[in-house]
Amino acid sequence: VTAAAGEGPGIRTSKADQLRVVGQPLPRHDQAEKITGATRYAGDLALAHMLHAALVRSPLPSAAITRRDATAARQLPGVVAVLFGEDVPHNLIRVDVPGQAVQVAALQASMEVLATGRVRFHGEPVALVVAESEDVLAQACDLVEVDYQELPGIYDPDEALAGGAPAVHEHGNLLSQWAIDRGDVDAAFEAADVVADGVYRTQHVDHAYLEPEAGVGWLDDEGVLNLRVSTQVVEHYRDVAKILGIPEARVRVIAPYVGGGFGGKEDMTVEPYLALSVWHTRRPVRMQWTRQESLLARPKRHPMRLRYRTAAASDGTVLAQDIDITADAGAYAYLSALVLLYSSVHACGPYRVPNVRLRARAAYTNNPPTSAFRGFGGMQVVFGYEAQMDALAHRLGITPAEIRKRNALTRGDPLPAGQPIETEVLLAKAIDAVLEAAGPKPAPSGPGKVTGRGLACNLQSYGRLTWLNDSAAAWVGFQLDGSLSVRCGVPDIGGGQASSLAQIAAEILAVPMEAITVHFGDSALTPLAGTTTATRQLYMSGNAVCQAASQLRDQILAAAAAETSQPAEGLRLEEGRITGPGVSISLPGALVTCRRLGVPTEALATFFGPKGKPAVRNLQSGRVFPDFTFGAHLCDLEADTQTGQVTLLRYIACHDAGRAINPRSVQGQISGGAAQGLGMALLEEITLDHGINTTGGLFQYLIPTATDLCDIQPIILESGEGMGPFGARGIGEPPIGPPAAAVASAIADATGTRPTTLPITPERVLDCLLASPYISPGRSSAAAAIPPGTEETG
Amino acid sequence: MTDTVTVTLTVNGRRVTRAAGGHLSLLRWLRDEAGVTDPKYGCGEGICGACTVLVDGAPVSSCLVLAAQVDGAQVTTAAGLCEPDGSLSPLQRAFHAHHAAQCGFCTPGMLVTAAAMLAGGRRLTRDEIRDGLHGNLCRCTGYQPIVDAVEAAQEQQAAGEASR
Repeated sequence: VTAAAGEGPGIRTSKADQLRVVGQPLPRHDQAEKITGATRYAGDLALAHMLHAALVRSPLPSAAITRRDATAARQLPGVVAVLFGEDVPHNLIRVDVPGQAVQVAALQASMEVLATGRVRFHGEPVALVVAESEDVLAQACDLVEVDYQELPGIYDPDEALAGGAPAVHEHGNLLSQWAIDRGDVDAAFEAADVVADGVYRTQHVDHAYLEPEAGVGWLDDEGVLNLRVSTQVVEHYRDVAKILGIPEARVRVIAPYVGGGFGGKEDMTVEPYLALSVWHTRRPVRMQWTRQESLLARPKRHPMRLRYRTAAASDGTVLAQDIDITADAGAYAYLSALVLLYSSVHACGPYRVPNVRLRARAAYTNNPPTSAFRGFGGMQVVFGYEAQMDALAHRLGITPAEIRKRNALTRGDPLPAGQPIETEVLLAKAIDAVLEAAGPKPAPSGPGKVTGRGLACNLQSYGRLTWLNDSAAAWVGFQLDGSLSVRCGVPDIGGGQASSLAQIAAEILAVPMEAITVHFGDSALTPLAGTTTATRQLYMSGNAVCQAASQLRDQILAAAAAETSQPAEGLRLEEGRITGPGVSISLPGALVTCRRLGVPTEALATFFGPKGKPAVRNLQSGRVFPDFTFGAHLCDLEADTQTGQVTLLRYIACHDAGRAINPRSVQGQISGGAAQGLGMALLEEITLDHGINTTGGLFQYLIPTATDLCDIQPIILESGEGMGPFGARGIGEPPIGPPAAAVASAIADATGTRPTTLPITPERVLDCLLASPYISPGRSSAAAAIPPGTEETG
Repeated sequence: MTDTVTVTLTVNGRRVTRAAGGHLSLLRWLRDEAGVTDPKYGCGEGICGACTVLVDGAPVSSCLVLAAQVDGAQVTTAAGLCEPDGSLSPLQRAFHAHHAAQCGFCTPGMLVTAAAMLAGGRRLTRDEIRDGLHGNLCRCTGYQPIVDAVEAAQEQQAAGEASR
């Protein structure tokens, strides 16, 4: 890894390509509108004669619906419609793999649009109300009468799978299971010098994007149902068409700039309800969920119970992992089977493990449904496998860095599910980078304080599951004045998705960024590019734009070659000109030549991801994901021994981004992902009481504020080894993985006891201090010198 | 339904009079009655700060005040921070340069809070800037680019005053 001239601090590249635009920390083209308040988000649109819609939701987690009566609500002046499940043409939402044309049996899932006979979670939609004003709407929702008969519920996934548990669904509470059997696990444990054993628990987490779910729908002059919604997936137009029983071509989903997604806008939110409201009333309708209903009823991150037994040799070589995972899927399947698959594939982390036994299952409960969330099952397991690595290091008297480096995957090593790593892994370099940037561990600031340092590494796939035949299309075309239009169906959810595409096109077609317009996120007018999920957009759409732009460049050079009788290989596209030996043609001139010669001045390309054969239950079929991104994080913190209060002192996050198309955007993803992970580590939890969601608002659901966090230092490694454009790897999800494990390691370092349940609240830190053999709470000590412990506490 | 109340506010220098429900929050009045959509709805409880506007120069969670309560006031939103010719203010330029907006939903509220902090005139430490932004949540950036931007704008403001 060499530092090239001109690169910013915190970027270490091993690529020395001559790139002009790619790799530059350019201001994103969407910044100016966002900082003048001009960007119009989904809820900002208002149309003439627009109605307002809202949902009536179940107040109970498990009940039979015995009566529904909308008479009083319908009589209220200003109420336009009240709909129940029977009023929905096809009252079933497919909630398996959004945006995908392929169905995979093991992943299939569905639920009623509006519950008719039974509700299975607190907040489940039962009725849809449409009214002339928001004030009438609120009143009307209160007037919809729904009677319930409470049914026994089940609120713990392990209990849900025990005999005699109330059935959430008729076919039982086991939703999905995956298994890995690799090598001879029992023999490896027999031969082991040391065995670490631990149980780790993660919590319900909410995405808590600043923009609650919203959208506006209308019928256009062609009778097409338009939905302009805050979404990560414009391809949901297909699901809407199925619900209404109309052709897919009659539904259009537009994704304006989204006010944060993080996976929470991967499943449909307002779409089916907005569609029904418009279809029924034939008028424009707006639906805006409140923060409270977003916290109440939209799917959360899966809580998981992770049981790890790890065998190692005396030199620290990991010999075997025996892993058991139970995930709480909540009341409906959504993407649980897929999330659990991610957990299974990622369960051994970025380490070589020759013998693996894994059993993973997701259970239905009457808790809120759980589904996609940045990290997507690949991140909960970090909290488990990194704790195990620390435990082994501690037993063997080697450093956390050393044991990780010793076991790090390298190119060619297979993951437990059989997929070999095809690209260079810079894990050891990432570990060295964070340690070097950190310097010595800080000393406690005073009496009653202890400090600790934690290190955590991860891998996270980018690109969708190979079973889904993933593809992305993009169109690139020159206007006659030499300006460039890019059309790509990517939803831009704030990560600079659209801007990065402009940067890629600018690089290949030698057009200044200002001369490029990106049209994005429109299922009718932009080529479909798939979901902005799974860390796939830069990889998939970036490659599609790369292909289309390269094709367009070659077309223009071929036309210029024909016109000048020069070989095309000798010609180059430079800013505004085609040049070569004795050739200098203006770009607009060359475009006119193209038209005269019958050469298109635009190109459409579809990029296909690698394909794989679906497994049914046992994962040993080889390639599951296109590739992985690796990283290492370091956390220094201080804990108050009297209050358990944790103060973050230093946080460094390093990932191999392959190639940073826009380093500013990559840094934004790393810092923002780490921040969101730190929220999960220390603060955030959706609290439930027998299925009743008691999290009433952001005053209870605490996401990190500016004062909760320290500066987060991102370090970008550039191996150039990624499968995205110019060797880029995906970076959207990976940075959220390590923080919880890094914080737990640092608490273990500070107190001598490792917290094993998230979030690591002050109470849990105090539990660690009380369990510590080294420290009495309230007293300062030499704890800073104590290596990480392995004891378990609540 | 509560009675209609006529409220006049000067929003970003433009005088707006609307007869609307007296129960309307300033946020709803701005967004639904006056068509000013840069203050955002994020929580409705004064926690997230996405609806922050300046009322006579002071930052206010517009979801927690009734429009009728501030009748006659000068209201400034992020759009109103721009220079008279529509170009970016120094604070907005600093946000631009530091990539302080990702999804951008918190940005209008963040900007007016920062503008009020800088208008205080006192040189703020980095920790004080973080304290000042405490009531404005951001889920994308981890705050650092925002803190960097406010710090840079403050430096520029101080340099401008020193050279005056």
